[in-house]
Amino acid sequence: MIELKNVNKTFKIAKRNAGFSEAVKALFKREYTYVNALQDVSFAINDGEMVGYIGPNGAGKSSTIKIMSGILTPDNGECIINGRTPWKDRIAHVKDIGVVFGQRSQLWWDVPVVDSFELIRDIYKIEAYSYKKMLNELTELLDIGEIIRTPARQLSLGQRMRCEIAASLLHNPKILFLDEPTIGLDAVSKIAVRDFIKTINREHGTTVILTTHDMQDIEALTERILLIGKGRILLDGTLSELKKRNSAYKTVTVDYVGKKLEETDKIIIKKDLDGHAEILIDTAVLSVSEAISYISSEVDVKDISVMGETAEEMVVSLYKEFKI
Amino acid sequence: MRKYISFFKIRFIEGMQYRAAAWAGIATQFAWGGMNLLMFWAFYQNGENSFPMTFPELSNYIWMQQAFLAMFMAWFFDNEIFDGIMSGNIAYELCRPIDLYNMWFVKNMAIRLSRMILRCMPILIVAALLPYPFNLTLPSNTLNGVSFLVSIFLGFLVLIAFSMLIYISAFYTLSPKGIRILSTSVIEFFAGAVIPLPFFPETLQPIMYALPFASMQNTPFLIYTGYITGFEVMRSMLLQVTWLIILLTSGKLLMKHALKKVVVQGG
Repeated sequence: MIELKNVNKTFKIAKRNAGFSEAVKALFKREYTYVNALQDVSFAINDGEMVGYIGPNGAGKSSTIKIMSGILTPDNGECIINGRTPWKDRIAHVKDIGVVFGQRSQLWWDVPVVDSFELIRDIYKIEAYSYKKMLNELTELLDIGEIIRTPARQLSLGQRMRCEIAASLLHNPKILFLDEPTIGLDAVSKIAVRDFIKTINREHGTTVILTTHDMQDIEALTERILLIGKGRILLDGTLSELKKRNSAYKTVTVDYVGKKLEETDKIIIKKDLDGHAEILIDTAVLSVSEAISYISSEVDVKDISVMGETAEEMVVSLYKEFKI
Repeated sequence: MRKYISFFKIRFIEGMQYRAAAWAGIATQFAWGGMNLLMFWAFYQNGENSFPMTFPELSNYIWMQQAFLAMFMAWFFDNEIFDGIMSGNIAYELCRPIDLYNMWFVKNMAIRLSRMILRCMPILIVAALLPYPFNLTLPSNTLNGVSFLVSIFLGFLVLIAFSMLIYISAFYTLSPKGIRILSTSVIEFFAGAVIPLPFFPETLQPIMYALPFASMQNTPFLIYTGYITGFEVMRSMLLQVTWLIILLTSGKLLMKHALKKVVVQGG
């Protein structure tokens, strides 16, 4: 159980203008600006939930993760995770959590991955039996049996990320924080990582909190979404709710021959080139079937497809809506 | 405890791998120790009585210093720790159920000890075979011998406890360069790594002996050479313990404060 109440965090940042004289001035008098990284952030997450935490760069996602993992101390506010305050009770708290920072590495660079795993085993005091069991399960699910004898520096990014995730789960944590786990991965690795996260959540009941910019991650993994922008939680809901909210518009892509399609008051033509058109319809005014019959009555249709808004587009429109 | 032992092991094994560096180190330390001794020899030609230490005592001091250099070299810092603080990779270390201070302490012990073990034996053996009065001899009595073993370990811990303060300062300064250079020179000078402390002016000596730096290499090597004996040995070892407690406590407090205000850099 994770509970955050009115968490605030401000960063002090030194600023000066460019140029030599400004640099000299800054020697004597520094100017600071204060950035409100988090303002009044409150939410609660139940055990076993999978939550997608989204927002543009600099919105405060990583700061929230750092607070929840006990690295960062907020200015004020409450955060109770499994009955403990992370930054006050850091060592007891971190035994229960696993963290993957997509942009950093926890594996020792020069030694085979399995050596890092063994050090982690000793750090968390994992018993020999459960270590072996977990290691077998992880190597199988993540398909890393072949590569854990290789030094971390010789692994590809996708291989390394799979090992990083395994390293974070060896002690079978109750909560897993994933900060951009699929950053820079190719399609195959991304899918492998997603499948794996799903399995772990299902089999072990691990609570997963995931930040990402990849909307396919969100679509594949999480039911619930938290949207943060400029340090505030803007939205807390399920993905399907969000979709419903924004799904009034559909895009019809059509290949046709014959005379050019014409825009009416009900359909908007976004693009029309050499018989390939993208048409936007508002389903509140015109249903999909009506639109299709209208188009086929007008032109000779070769191919047609209807698409709702993708998660990607949805997020863009959300960002626009909240002006973040 | 086991986790710290594991940390020690992985670092120790890593440190033992640099064999070529060890041979180069041994050669350098012979040349340096020899040069030092010959320089002092030239001075001693003017009359040994005007110097505080006898020449055989000085030979012992210098050879022990060269043999155990890796334990006491002030310019050595673990760059991984500084890089971790600068780049924010420390985030991962903070997500582990370990005490960061203890872990860094153990890591430093392991690196220094592994280097020392690779280097000390050849130096000790060859130095013992040199002609009198340039050679290394056994301590004059057993009490000094045993005290030396305890004292060198205490001095080792005092040095690391002091360098922990430098590591932690990187949380506040963002670039550790300046403070590293400054602390290196101060430690080397006041610890007797450049010139043994007995050679300093008598008026300065009480101050120098009271500073924490004298409790690093100075105390064990002076005990070994027999320059200090009996009650003096006990007194200087007590001072070592005192400094160790003070440095450990202040390091731990500083670390606690630093972690409260730590801002993990980047992403």
